[in-house]
Parts: sequence; C-alpha cells; structure tokens
Amino acid sequence: MLDALKTRLGDAALSEFRGQSRAIVPRDDLASTMQWLKDDQGFDLLVDVTCVDYLSYRDAEHRFGLVYLLANTATNERLTIRVYLDEPDLAVPSMCDLWCGANWLEREVFDMFGIEFRGHPNLKRILMPEAFVAHPLRKDYPLQGRGERHNFPVLTREQA
Amino acid sequence: MAIEVPENVVVTKLDELASWCRKNSLWPMPFATACCGIELMATGASKHDLARFGAEVFRFSPRQCDLMIVAGRVVMKMLPVLQRIWQQMHEPKWCISMGACASTGGVFDTYAVVQGIDRFIPVDMYIPGCPPRPEQLIQAIIDLQDKIQREGTIRGAEFELASRQAPKRALVELPTYGRSAAMIGPGR
Amino acid sequence: MSLAPSLERPPQSQDYLWTLNFGPQHPATHTTLRIVLELDGERVVNAIPDIGYLHSGFEKIGEKLDYNQYVTVTDRMNYISPMANNVAWHHAVETLLGIELTPRCKYIRTIICELARISDHLLSTGAMGLDTGAFTFFLYAFYQREVIYDIFETLCGARFTNSYTRVGGVMHDITPQVIEKIRRFVKTFPATIDDLEKLLNRNRIFVDRTRQVGVLTKEEATNWSATGPVARASGVTRDLRKDEPYLAYADFDFQVCCATAGDCFARYYVRMAEMRESLRIIQQAIENLPSGPANIGVDERTTLPSKAQVYQTIEGTITHFELVMLNRGFTVPSEESYAAIEAPNGELGFYVVGDGSDVAYRARCRPPSFIHFSLFPKLIRGHTLSDVVAVLGSLNIIAAELDR
Repeated sequence: MLDALKTRLGDAALSEFRGQSRAIVPRDDLASTMQWLKDDQGFDLLVDVTCVDYLSYRDAEHRFGLVYLLANTATNERLTIRVYLDEPDLAVPSMCDLWCGANWLEREVFDMFGIEFRGHPNLKRILMPEAFVAHPLRKDYPLQGRGERHNFPVLTREQA
Repeated sequence: MAIEVPENVVVTKLDELASWCRKNSLWPMPFATACCGIELMATGASKHDLARFGAEVFRFSPRQCDLMIVAGRVVMKMLPVLQRIWQQMHEPKWCISMGACASTGGVFDTYAVVQGIDRFIPVDMYIPGCPPRPEQLIQAIIDLQDKIQREGTIRGAEFELASRQAPKRALVELPTYGRSAAMIGPGR
Repeated sequence: MSLAPSLERPPQSQDYLWTLNFGPQHPATHTTLRIVLELDGERVVNAIPDIGYLHSGFEKIGEKLDYNQYVTVTDRMNYISPMANNVAWHHAVETLLGIELTPRCKYIRTIICELARISDHLLSTGAMGLDTGAFTFFLYAFYQREVIYDIFETLCGARFTNSYTRVGGVMHDITPQVIEKIRRFVKTFPATIDDLEKLLNRNRIFVDRTRQVGVLTKEEATNWSATGPVARASGVTRDLRKDEPYLAYADFDFQVCCATAGDCFARYYVRMAEMRESLRIIQQAIENLPSGPANIGVDERTTLPSKAQVYQTIEGTITHFELVMLNRGFTVPSEESYAAIEAPNGELGFYVVGDGSDVAYRARCRPPSFIHFSLFPKLIRGHTLSDVVAVLGSLNIIAAELDR
C-alpha cells in the first residue's frame, strides 16, 4: 500500500510518526486520490474528518489543515490524509459520494471552521444555531465567545 | 359573608395546610441535559428511591409538574426551550438548579454555555457538585420542602384571577437564537 | 414489527404528510436531541435530526487545559462510561508523547475500561428496555450500576466522573479493597446477566418491538463509518481490542461478539453478550495483575508524583515543579497523532496536535455517538412512530458526546 502511495504522490508527501503513515495530498488531486484509495486500496472506513487551524502554530505555512483518517477493515491498516488550505479559497470536494459517513463530519467541519465542501448534499450548520455567524474552533475566536451566550431575555417570577 | 372574619387567621391556617400538601407531593419535571441527569436517574432508581419523599412522580409534560429540576449544563441553543418549558408550568412552581454547570456554568466557561440558569429564569435551590451525589439531591428536596412550608408559594400567584393569569400562561413567543436583531453584533 | 405497508405516492400529492417535532425535551431522548419527523399517518416518511442542544465547546476547552487537566472534561463527554474516555484521552496523549506504560498500569486501565463497558451497556440496554416498556429491567440494570459506582468510588473517590488516569499512569494504585470488590462483582454479576436475559430475550413485547426494526446491513455499516456494537450487530467483525491490541488486551482470551441481523434486537443482543466477555477479561486481568509500580518512575519526569513523594523526596519535588510550572511541563513534539480505543459505544479516538507546550494545540475527539446518530434517518425511514424510541435506544446516543 505504501509503495503504491509513494509512486502516486511522490516521496516527499509521505511521512511517518509513531507508526502512523501520513500523506499530504494537493487539493486538486484529493477527489481522485480518495477514489483510488477506496476502490483500489480497500480503505472502506472513513474514521474521521477534522481540521486544524494553524493560525498561531510555529513555522506553519498554511492556515488550515484538513485531516481525513482512513482505515482498511480487512487489513487493519490506517492512513492519515492531509490537505492544506489557505484563505480565501477554502473549498474542497465533498467525500459524501464515496463514504456516506462523511456527511455529518463535513458539516461539523464547515460549522466549526468554515471550510466549504463542494458537492455536499446539505451543507448547513449542525452544532451551532443557524444564525450564528462565527466559526468557533478557529484560533481567532475567543474561548468565552463574543457575548452570544448572554444575549437572551430574562424571565422573572412575575412574568411567568 | 356577613361576619367580617379576621382575614389572617383563616388564611394562614389554610395556607399551612395547602403548603403541607404541596410539599409532600412534589411532581418533578426532569430537565435532564447532561451528566447530572444520570445522577437524577440514579436518585429515582432502586438504591436511593426518591419515592420516600413524595417526589418520585416524574412527569415529562410541564403542564403536570410543579418542580423543575435542571440537571446539567444549558447551552445557547437550549435556553429558549428551557424558558418555554418554565412558562408552560402552572403555578405554584419551583426550580432546582442541580450541579455546578446549571448553577454557574461549571468547568464549561465557553462560548456556547450559559453561565448559570439563574441569569434567565428564577431558581429556588442550588445544588453544588459536579455532579452532586443522589444524597445531595434528596437533601435539596427536603430543604425545598421546608421552604415551601415556611414561605408558602411566595406570592400566591395561583390564587390570582384567571383573567390575570391568562397572559402569563400564554406562550409568549420568546426570541430563539438569531431571531432578535441584537444578536448580530458588529464586526461579525 | 416489520415495515409498515408502503404507501408510496407521487410527490406532488404529498400534502397529506404531517410534521411532528420530537424533542429536544422528551423522555425517550434521555438527554437533548431533536428530531423533526414527517409522518404519513403512523409511518415515518422522513426524519430530520437537529442536534447541537448540548454543544458546549469541549474541543475548544482542550486548547486551554493541559494534558492532565483535560481529563476532567473528557469525563463529561460520554458520561455513562467516563473511565473509557479517560483512558482514550491519555492513550492518545501517550501516543503523541511516546510514553510506554508499566505492565501494572496497562492491566489497571484494562480493568476499568471493561468495568466502564459493563456499566455503559447496562444503562443503554436498560434505557432501551425502559423506552419499550420494560421498567423492571431498568431497575435491575441500575442496581448493578450502583455496584460498579461503588467500586469506582473505592478506587478513586468519585462515583462516576472519575478523572482517574494521568499521563503515564493513574491517579493512584489499585488497592486490595478494590480488588476484593471487583472479585465479588465478578462472582455475583453472571447471575444478574442471567436474570436480565430472562427478562427480555424472550419477552414477546420487547422482541416484537425490536426485531426487524432499523435494519443496517454490513456494507452500509462500514460505509456510514459505524463502529462498536452498532457495526458488530450488522456483522462487521472489527474490534480494536483484537485488531489493534492496545493496553493489555493481547494477553487475554476473549471473543468478539457479532450478530448478522443488524436490527435493534441484534444491537441489544450484542451488548448483552459483550458484558459476559468483559467479565471474562476482568476476571483474567484481576487474577494476573502484575506487581510493580503503577506509574512510570519519577526520573522520567512525565507522571505527576504522589503527595508523599513530593513532600519526602527531592526527586519528587523536582518532578512536581517541572510538570506544574507554567513554562516547563512535558516534552511534546510538534507533531500530530491519532489514537483510538474500543470504547463501549464504538471507536473513540483523539486526534491530538502538539506544539511543544504542555497544552494541546488541537484536541479533536472522534465521537461514536455523533456518527451513529447520522444513521438514524436511514434506519427509521418506513417504520412507525413507536419504533423511533426503540431505534434511538439501540443506537445508544449520548448527547454530550454527540454535541461535545
């Protein structure tokens, strides 16, 4: 599997840390690479889709790193695919056609980081309210929020 | 009545009787959102047995309940629901804020969590702990019973004329998140 | 109950459909989730889940608390098996830091993981029984949960938000009293499982309400990223305890429990069977508990030393200061890693990004409940309204893990 990946993506894209194989894929190749990994290499389980905001990370070259964790249920291999994105173009193709499980995971990444998944059937906020405007897991959003949590009417005993 | 009965004598006695009845038949409405809800379930289940204090009739319809137990953190999206349910409950009603999260936000000092439900609805009893042990919840209910016996229903709102109660019970449309213009602050 | 008679009509004449709001405050949702159901009479045509009613920013907190502090927050993630979350978090952190645990610590963590699995399955099957009308089952199950709470309380002082693990070890070593209590539990619990199985396995009402309801096939389970009992009830044999043995699971003799039907009853059945296997693991672990220290030695400067060591030895004091001082702490590589355990609900993993400081740059949790709940509209489509609670109960959705 690793050899096939090496010939496809080149040596520089592969790395390993604590026994976990990782590959960096350019955004334009993402759809075809994922298709190839699923159909030819047997990665039938999409474990997770997540994102890292490298805004305050030391020596980071890109703003966002999208992470796909794949697993092969037959051979128990795992593979981490990473895609780097920069503002303002935060769009990647959606993986919903390949793995149905990507649906909600991509919606969550959209909600928390504002990454746009092109071709997603229902790309709406999933955890935060519809009208919320910020993306809370970005590093420029404060932990305590911007006062949204205090903005409600107060009910007293006389009122209800 | 022809004879002018000294008002306070009769009313006080009736009040005490009513309070005694009320305190021993609290019907809780479990507003269980998170971890404390499991302890609330444990309190109602076999070992701790809340039935010993006359408060075991958990009803999930707010119309039938007079004690709301808010167990667990309440977040931005949930708060309008909580307020609506509090409005739907009939007088007399009381509220227990169970656990650190419901009372103050607890460890969750984050963008989404309401920092204490008492900012937005009235609370009668706070239970510390994360989560409180079932014994603490039982103690809180006993304390609340004392409070009911001492204070009655605080304002006697349930004795008000039906016409005065009606607007209160009517489901006022509370703004849910994002509907109010104030939500959209500058710069976002 | 099988599928309700299909009444497919062309979409333009679908104005007979009506919409029902289910939740967020509903007894069968147990916690807080909302489903908008489109009904044709009693048949569910479509279900639109609406979640986020308990979203409290767990992952954002993970960027503020250090590797030892964050364990208290993981407790509150899947709050019916907090020990498994503790182990999952520190397993991921130790993978990032490259720490090898002592054999005794591995065994202790295995034991608490399996106890957590039993208590989780007791509650999830109990709640499923409660929703389908079997209240007795719930009371039986909850009584045994109290016994496990009691073991945990003796072990670490807290009933169920335990925060027991630490980087490179545990809070403190397992004591003879705990071992005695676990031995007694192992002896008495099989009788309870027998009772529980007698109550529901052949119970006509329960079986009729769960057989052939919410069927998930093997291919769909993998394609929808399902793991744990939900996937195993559909015939997927994946179990991280066997496939990627972590902690001490390679040492024990146990079986992976699978079913092929993929319906609600199969999910219930797999959970009941897993409890017996967990019990076997606990028994083997407690009898073969290795001696030696539970935590990594003080010299390694990764584990918080005990109070006695801090007060009485110079190494302990130095280590304590090294770990607690703000600008010292752990030696963390600027790397990213993912590690997962087989939690009661499925694969629970953390993707941790280290940036050299002792606070994670990003702590992503892979939540099994979240992924399983996305299956719900698919499972319920075509069934009746009363099946909603059965499917919800069999998926074991924990809102705090769902929303984080």
